[in-house]
Amino acid sequence: MTTTLAGPAPVVAPGPGAARRRSRARLRERTAQWLFLVPAIAYVFVFFGYPIVKNLVMGSQDYTVRTFVSGEAPWVGLDNYAEVVTSSLFRTTVLNTALFTVGSIVGQFVIGLLFALFFKRRFPLGNVLRSLLLLPWLLPMIAGTAVWKWILDQDGGVLNEALGSIGIAPVHWLTSPDVALIAVVMVNVWVGIPFNMTLLYSGLQNIPDELYEAGALDGATGAKAFWHITWPNLRPVVSVVLVLGVIYTLKVLDIILGLTGGGPANATQTLATDSYRRSFQEFSFGTGAAVSNILIVVSLVFAVVYLRVNKRAVDE
Amino acid sequence: MRRTHTAVGAASAAAVVLGLSACSGGARADEDTLVVTDTLSDTSAPVYQEVYDACAAEVGMKVQANHVAGSGLIATVLQQASSDTLPDVLMLDNPDVQQIASSGALSPLTDYGITGEGFPRGVVDAGTYDGDLYGIAPVVNTVGLFYDVDALAEAGIEPPTTWDELRAAAEALTADGRYGLAFSAANTFEGTWQFLPYLWSNGADEDDLTSPEAVEALSFVNGLVQDGYASSSVVNWSQNDVNDQFIAGKAAMMVNGPWNMPALEAAEGLHYAAVPLPVPEAGDTLEAPLGGEAFTVPRTGNPDKMAKAGDFVACVTRGEHQLAMATGRGAVPSDTEVAAEAAAENPVVATFVDTVQTARSRTALLGPDWPGAATQIYTAQQLALTGSESPAEALERATEH
Repeated sequence: MTTTLAGPAPVVAPGPGAARRRSRARLRERTAQWLFLVPAIAYVFVFFGYPIVKNLVMGSQDYTVRTFVSGEAPWVGLDNYAEVVTSSLFRTTVLNTALFTVGSIVGQFVIGLLFALFFKRRFPLGNVLRSLLLLPWLLPMIAGTAVWKWILDQDGGVLNEALGSIGIAPVHWLTSPDVALIAVVMVNVWVGIPFNMTLLYSGLQNIPDELYEAGALDGATGAKAFWHITWPNLRPVVSVVLVLGVIYTLKVLDIILGLTGGGPANATQTLATDSYRRSFQEFSFGTGAAVSNILIVVSLVFAVVYLRVNKRAVDE
Repeated sequence: MRRTHTAVGAASAAAVVLGLSACSGGARADEDTLVVTDTLSDTSAPVYQEVYDACAAEVGMKVQANHVAGSGLIATVLQQASSDTLPDVLMLDNPDVQQIASSGALSPLTDYGITGEGFPRGVVDAGTYDGDLYGIAPVVNTVGLFYDVDALAEAGIEPPTTWDELRAAAEALTADGRYGLAFSAANTFEGTWQFLPYLWSNGADEDDLTSPEAVEALSFVNGLVQDGYASSSVVNWSQNDVNDQFIAGKAAMMVNGPWNMPALEAAEGLHYAAVPLPVPEAGDTLEAPLGGEAFTVPRTGNPDKMAKAGDFVACVTRGEHQLAMATGRGAVPSDTEVAAEAAAENPVVATFVDTVQTARSRTALLGPDWPGAATQIYTAQQLALTGSESPAEALERATEH
């Protein structure tokens, strides 16, 4: 940002009066430029910089309820991280976070892409149906999870009733540690489909029809057209959708809290829910911040990937 | 053109600065108004408001009550503590009193002549931190065993009083589409709260969760689920869910508290009654956890107002006001004599009045360290009830940390 401000001065031989005039004009221009930047810089500092720095610092402090009153938060270095990483729960939460993220992304992306391809064909009511698919996006997440909790109930839930009618024994969706993570992923896939579909659909719209016409002349139709025309042209959008999807999924809290609260027996406890639990149930804000810092680092890695992918997409 | 740009830039910069400074000023009520923050619902708030008004008049102040959702109270309190905007009177769930008192945000009630005399030991324990009384609950609750009178009559069984009888009753009452018993074993403090009667009545303590008595208690609860007398969904049920199951006739008995009485009364065609939770063996003492919200006086830095707030709390928690609050929200008056009065009027309340007399405060043993133990308890219960670990291994695993 600052490099654009401090551009090299034009090399001309000015008279003394002209130079003064010019430098005054430059000063004014520079002040104006800074004034434009100040709101943005202040915004970034207040809403991004401060919370992140505060969280990083908190992760190395013994930060408890007492801190809020006395302001004292003794520095403990890496103790919080040591406590978090060596706890028996850490392996479970990392594995759950990974499975939850991968499962959700694969499900959302594949189904979202299929829907996008489907709606690319023009047919009556196509647009209406497509907007109906945005529904999960419009529902407040807590309301959505309440309904899903009811659907997935083992003793009278709609899903188990339906499965029962075709002879499948009731599945303990939310109460068996072996199945709960799958159930939570399923709901998160449902939530993520509109996002994937919408972005991929607009990506598809940008592929010129001529390519398909030309391809069709050369015999590339159906699956062939997809692999040789659609997929290569969609790739930049795909990368963006995937990377953003990962970042959004890593931090999911409401869906899990609403459905299982991290249970049963920690089967759906992720880094995000564990951080919440430590901070707001056990009031151990230091270790809670340590967990969320780990999560921030992971997200940051993907954010960097996103920026690089985006840059390449623009370059292309 | 450039000049206008500069002006716009300067204006937006100024707006940001103004916005920042606007955050630091908190709203403070008048000198003659006591601000009360409580966690009352829409239904119980009017009942309390009457008591508030009467007591405010008594101490010569006005009163303004703010209702906060119980789940968000601690976050609100911490935020208020750090910005120095705590209310004059603060209602806290009793297991949180020690936690907040340990932070130094509360003033001892003994400063205002409140000693806790005439209140059961559990109530005083819950409000005491480091030898001083910081909170006092006018009405309290606990858990008991609700049952469907018709279902028990049909099966020809008496309400159970021991673990063996509870097991046998749950077995006999389990039928097609109905479980014998419903309870909450969720991975929240509600799950912990409902498990405590088994743990404590069997002689185990929260500071030694791998003791044989603790294993025995967890094995008993686990057996009810593993044998199918209670749904394995209990690991995902809140106490509200449990009440819904009972009302819907999907469970013949349930473990729950007196605050459900208004909903149970409203349920058509349901004949219910309640007995104290069964104990391990006949003759054992039932030790259930004590619930209820305590009134506290935060340190606001205004001694005169704090003194008024202290008088206000003394008034609100006095016996004469307890009965109204207790009936208003389905609870038991703390004062032993008033409780006896309430018990005489309603046999279901009588059940809980009995249990409350021996009920234990959750924070009596561990104080501010209680949330850690509470997490271990529900984790162990979840591990066992989902069949992931045996009860002994589950308790071992949960306390590993």
